[in-house]
Amino acid sequence: MTTSTPPVTDVTGPYTSPPPTFLERIFDRWAVKLAILIIVLIWIVPTLGVLISSFRPASLVNLNGWWTVFTDWGSNEWTFENYSTVLSSEGFGNAFLNSLSVSIPATVIPITIAAFAAYAFAWMDFPGRQWIFVVVVGLLVIPLQMSLIPLLKLYVSVDLVGTFPAVWLAHTGFGLPLAIYLLRNYIGSLPSSMMESARIDGATHFEIFTKLVVPLSVPVLASFAIFQFLWVWNDLLVALVFLGGESSVRVVTLALNDLNGSRGQAWHLLTAGAFITMALPLFVFLTLQRYFVRGLTAGSVKG
Amino acid sequence: MAQITMNDLGKIYDDGTRAVGDLDLVIEDGEFLVLVGPSGCGKSTVLRMIAGLEDISEGTMSIGDRVVNDVPPKDRDIAMVFQNYALYPHMTVFDNMAFGLKLRKMSKDEIKKRVDEAAEILEITDFLHRKPKALSGGQRQRVAMGRAIVREPAAYLMDEPLSNLDAKLRVQMRAELERLHKRLGTTTVYVTHDQVEAMTLGDRVAVLRAVSPRAPYNLQQVGPPAELFNNPQNLFVAGFIGSPAMNLVYGHLEGSGDAVHAVLPNTRIKVPKAALDRHPGLENRMGEELVIGLRPSDLEAAAVAGQDPERSMNVEVEVTEMLGADTYVHFSVDKNTVITPDIEELLADSGQGPESLGDKTSFVARVSPDVSVGHGDRVELTVDSAKLHFFDPNTGDRIGLKKTVAA
Repeated sequence: MTTSTPPVTDVTGPYTSPPPTFLERIFDRWAVKLAILIIVLIWIVPTLGVLISSFRPASLVNLNGWWTVFTDWGSNEWTFENYSTVLSSEGFGNAFLNSLSVSIPATVIPITIAAFAAYAFAWMDFPGRQWIFVVVVGLLVIPLQMSLIPLLKLYVSVDLVGTFPAVWLAHTGFGLPLAIYLLRNYIGSLPSSMMESARIDGATHFEIFTKLVVPLSVPVLASFAIFQFLWVWNDLLVALVFLGGESSVRVVTLALNDLNGSRGQAWHLLTAGAFITMALPLFVFLTLQRYFVRGLTAGSVKG
Repeated sequence: MAQITMNDLGKIYDDGTRAVGDLDLVIEDGEFLVLVGPSGCGKSTVLRMIAGLEDISEGTMSIGDRVVNDVPPKDRDIAMVFQNYALYPHMTVFDNMAFGLKLRKMSKDEIKKRVDEAAEILEITDFLHRKPKALSGGQRQRVAMGRAIVREPAAYLMDEPLSNLDAKLRVQMRAELERLHKRLGTTTVYVTHDQVEAMTLGDRVAVLRAVSPRAPYNLQQVGPPAELFNNPQNLFVAGFIGSPAMNLVYGHLEGSGDAVHAVLPNTRIKVPKAALDRHPGLENRMGEELVIGLRPSDLEAAAVAGQDPERSMNVEVEVTEMLGADTYVHFSVDKNTVITPDIEELLADSGQGPESLGDKTSFVARVSPDVSVGHGDRVELTVDSAKLHFFDPNTGDRIGLKKTVAA
């Protein structure tokens, strides 16, 4: 009831700060909006440029800039040829599937493990709980580049190099500390009386986890899923090291890199490739973004 | 249905703080027992120990004839209602109530039957398909109650279930709770810090206070509400039970035989035999300083109660509070306020320190609303002297108290 009502600013209270001056009000109202507008423009303009260029024929791309379409609309030509070239002869279709084969398990596995671990760290009593948690969070400071060589040596010895499980494992390991940290904080903030009520109702830890904690943690699970998915999808280094450029396992970031490397002048293809690479993350973000802002616990406890 | 027995129960937290000490308490089958006390008195801890949410450090806890010290909460056959309701926010009201039954693998028909029955009793049938966030505070409270009822447990445990409701709803739910208990007849342990709630709901009330080196046990007195009101066993219970609180003042006794008088500041009151009988051994304490207690309800305007020079007080009114059915008259008497460890603890709970009280003692009288007096007026009050209370200022105990605290 009260959780959904917006906080009321109490200006009559004895300890409120003095009312804002004219300048402060101007700053509050416009400076923030202006900053956001500038940031949005900085990101949108090049993206728009890439999008427009990707639909222009190579001849025009090499002749003038994408912005000329606005000043000289009539003389522009539009084409899907860049996309068809990239998808067929450049092997982007296959790379796209490879990227999915890497990204989905590399997102699902760490989230699953982290959710269980986070529940245990937050709500189960076992010796050394605090200590182990500190160590897990401490792993955040280890840069992944440091582990590339030892991990590669290990993979060579167990013959995992160039397979999908190699990247799944690597991404799981690199993603877990942050995942556990984020999920534990959220799951730990669920009301303790609800857990106790469930225990009295007869629920085991596993039942509390599956029937209460997971459904109520959808927002944090979704937001971490977006982070992890985008990170894995956009990753070049880990995929390059453990998967390699073999066309059967080549992911989109590698394909894009190859496009750039082999044809420094193929601007028109690069733009189409970049857009194919961006399409899925954009879709994922737009479908899941509401979970970033929505909380599901409203109504559980008063206050 | 079950009796709950606590034997020398103790709780020490990991950091060494003791929350509960030497608690002996038997909650009879079907009884409504209220645990009441100021914050930090250990009442919630005791309830959570019954529920199995807190480990038991010392002594034994039995539900029925089974010792449950090491029995997990789900196997204790109890249901608990939490202060903040603790509903499952993503489930409908029906699913909230059915949750515990589903976990116990009850048949669908039986679950539906029980939930529908409980919903009917609590008048929440119309909301069964709603989620908790679409309910008002009072409705959520009923759902929490319903979740306990459907389980048909041996005992209900309630942890301040009404304290999040607004005043009017609280009174209404209090009456409903009472009716519900009459109807179900299930053993109920109810925790509250509100002594009015305790007095109105409890078959018996147990007054607890925080353990300290001076008082190593929590339980101060347990008994029916009237017993606590009429014969408080020490200053702590005397000061805690009753609203407005009992007036306490230093005074002494003089005289002998049929003519014992209590000497209070500004007045002498004849102590009748009834009052002497309630305090065995009082006649041996002549001349000693005692703490004398007078309930506000035992002070009435002489104009209403009749004049009697043997039991009258003439006072100057400071403030009056009109409540409609009663009028509270506030006045002071010329004597230092009674400060004992008991009183200090109660003051601390209401956010006051002893230093704020000065060299006068504040009194309250609850007089008939027909008496119209105001600030500065002098009014003569008649004391219901049979109901005087006498306490030992050193121990805080009632004079003539037989040490039966662990009853």
